[in-house]
Amino acid sequence: MGLLQQLPALQVAVPLIGAPLCALVGRPRLAWMFAVAVAWITFAISIALLEHVLDAGPIHYTMGGWPEILGIAYVIDPLNALVLVLVSGMAAIIMPATRIGIDVEVVHRARHLFHTVALLALAGMLGIAITGDIFNLYVFLEISSLASYALVAMGIDRRATRAAFHYLVQGTIGATFILVGIGLAYMMTGTLNMADMAARLPGVSHTAPIQAALAFILIGTAIKAAIFPAHSWMPNAYTYAPSLVSAFFGATATKIGAYMLLRFVYSVFGADYAFDEMKIGWVLIPLGLAGAVAGSVVAVWQHDLRRMLAYSSVAQVGYIAAAIGFANRDGLIAAIVHVFNHGLMKGALFLVMACVIHRLGKADMESFRGLGRRMPLTMGCFVVAGLSMIGVPATVGFVSKWYLVSSALDAGLWPLALVIVATSLIAIIYIWRVVDVAYFTKPPPGARDEAPAMLLMPAVVLCALCIVLGVSTDLTVGVANTAARLLGGAP
Amino acid sequence: MSEFILVRVVVKIMVPFILLFALYVQMHGDYGPGGGFQAGVVFATGIIVYTIVFGIRRAVEAVPMTAVMAMVCCGLILYAGTGFATMALGGEYLNYSVLDSADPVHGQHTGIIIIELGVGITVAGVLTAVFLVFAERRARR
Repeated sequence: MGLLQQLPALQVAVPLIGAPLCALVGRPRLAWMFAVAVAWITFAISIALLEHVLDAGPIHYTMGGWPEILGIAYVIDPLNALVLVLVSGMAAIIMPATRIGIDVEVVHRARHLFHTVALLALAGMLGIAITGDIFNLYVFLEISSLASYALVAMGIDRRATRAAFHYLVQGTIGATFILVGIGLAYMMTGTLNMADMAARLPGVSHTAPIQAALAFILIGTAIKAAIFPAHSWMPNAYTYAPSLVSAFFGATATKIGAYMLLRFVYSVFGADYAFDEMKIGWVLIPLGLAGAVAGSVVAVWQHDLRRMLAYSSVAQVGYIAAAIGFANRDGLIAAIVHVFNHGLMKGALFLVMACVIHRLGKADMESFRGLGRRMPLTMGCFVVAGLSMIGVPATVGFVSKWYLVSSALDAGLWPLALVIVATSLIAIIYIWRVVDVAYFTKPPPGARDEAPAMLLMPAVVLCALCIVLGVSTDLTVGVANTAARLLGGAP
Repeated sequence: MSEFILVRVVVKIMVPFILLFALYVQMHGDYGPGGGFQAGVVFATGIIVYTIVFGIRRAVEAVPMTAVMAMVCCGLILYAGTGFATMALGGEYLNYSVLDSADPVHGQHTGIIIIELGVGITVAGVLTAVFLVFAERRARR
C-alpha cells in the first residue's frame, strides 16, 4: 500500500504516537517544536484526505486488514473530512502559540506534560471524526475526554481544578449514556460497524431497545455538545482553563459532539426513523432555540469575558441543534457549515482573550478599558470575530445564519426564524458592550502594548479566515452540500 | 507497615515472585487467560505492595518516577510503532501478517506478542504512576 492509501490511519496514528514521544523529549522547547510539527503534519494529512474524498468519493480503510464488518473500519466522507480539517487545522494554528501561552496560564508543575496531553486530545477528536465503527468512536471519545479534563485542570486559577472535576462528572455521564445506547443497539443488531448497523436497524427499529438506544445516544451527545440544558459544564471549564485550551476546545470539542449527533442520526439510525418515527426534531428544535435565547441573554450579563464567550457558545450550539432538528436540506447544510464557521470565530475570540490575559493577567470588563488604543490589533481581531458572531454580511457568521433562517422557513416555522434573528440582535449587545469599553472609554495611562506576535498571529489568521470564507463559501458550503447529498439530505 | 517483621519478610520473598508471575501472565496470554493488561496490573501490584510495606522513599529509589513515566510512554510507542512498522512493510495499520513475509500466521503471532508487551508495560507504568503520585502527596503532608 502506498502512502496515499495509508493516510486515514496516519491521521490518527501520527498524533497518537507523537504524544508519548513528546513526553520523552523532556526539554520544553523541543517538546513544543515537536508538537507543532505533529499538528501541522496532521493538518496536511486532513487536507489531502478532504481533496481525495471530494475527487474520488468516500474512502474506506480497514485496520489490521480485517474485513470491515469484523474489524475496525475508518470511513471518510465529505462530512467527517471537513470536521478533520477543522480539528487538525485549529490544532495547527493554535499549537505554535502555546510556547509563550503556557508560561502565563498553565500551572507550573504540569507544563512539561502540556503538549503531550494536547496531542492526545487531538488524536482522540480526530479518531471520533474518522472512525466508521461505533465502539471505536466511544474509545476515542474517552481518550479525548480524559485528555480534555486534564487540560482544563492545568489552568493556573485554583478554580480550574473544580471546573475540571465538574466537567469530568458531566462528561463521564454523557459518555456513559452514549455507551449504553451503543450497547443496546449492538444487542439488537449484533454489529458495531456503522454501515452494517444502519442496514440491520430497519428490521428491529420498532423494538423498545432501539428506541431507548436512540434516546440514550441523543442525551449523551447533547451533554457532550453542551446543548441546553446540558451545558452547565461548559462556562466554568472554558473560563478557568488556559485560554489557548479554551480556544481549541471552544472551536472543536462541542463541534465533535454535534458531529456525533449528525453521524448517529443520519448514518446509523437513519433520518427517516429519527425524525419521522421518533420525532427527535421535537426535542432538538425547542432545546436548541431555548439554548440560543438563554445563552445569548446570560452572555450579556457576564463580567468575565471568557465566561461570556462560553455562554455565547451555548447559544451557537443551540443553533446547530435546531438546524439538525429542522431536518431539511438547508438545515443540514446550516449545521455542518456552522460547526466549521463557529469553530473559526470562537477560536479567534478565545485567542484574543489569550492575548489580553498575557498582557493584563485577566480578561474582565475593567481590563478591556481603553484597550482599543493599547492593543489595537488584538481588539481589531475581536471586532472582526465579534461581527462574525453577530452574523454581519461578508463574514462566516452570516453564511451560517443565512442557511439557518432559510431552513427554518423551509420547515414552515417562520416564527422560529424571528427567534434566530432576535438572538443575533442580543449578540450585538454583548459584543458591543466590549467594543464600547475598549474604544470609547478613557484609556488608563500606558503606551501601546501589543500582545506578542506569536500569540497574535493565530488570532489574525483565524479572523482573516472568517472574512475570506465568508466571502468565498466554496469550501464550507460546497463541502456541506456534497455531505448533505451523501447523507440523504431531507428525510 | 515496616514495623511488622512478618509482613516485611513475607513481602520481601513475595515481590520477586509477583513480578515473575506478571511476566508469565504476559507471555502465556496466547494460550490461556491473561495478556498485557492483566500482566501490567499484576506487575504494578508487586511495586505497590513493596511501597506499602517499605515506604515511598525506598520505593522511588527502586523505581524512580522518571523510569515509571518512561514505561508509560515506551509501551504506547511500542504499540503504535508496531502499527507504523506494518505500514512500512506495506500492510494496513497493525496488520501483523506482513511481519513475516513467508508465514502470515507466524507474523500474526509475533505482532500480537509485541502489542501485548506494549500494553503490559504501559498498564504497569500507569498504575504505578497513579499510586506513586498519590502516595507522594501523602508523604509530603
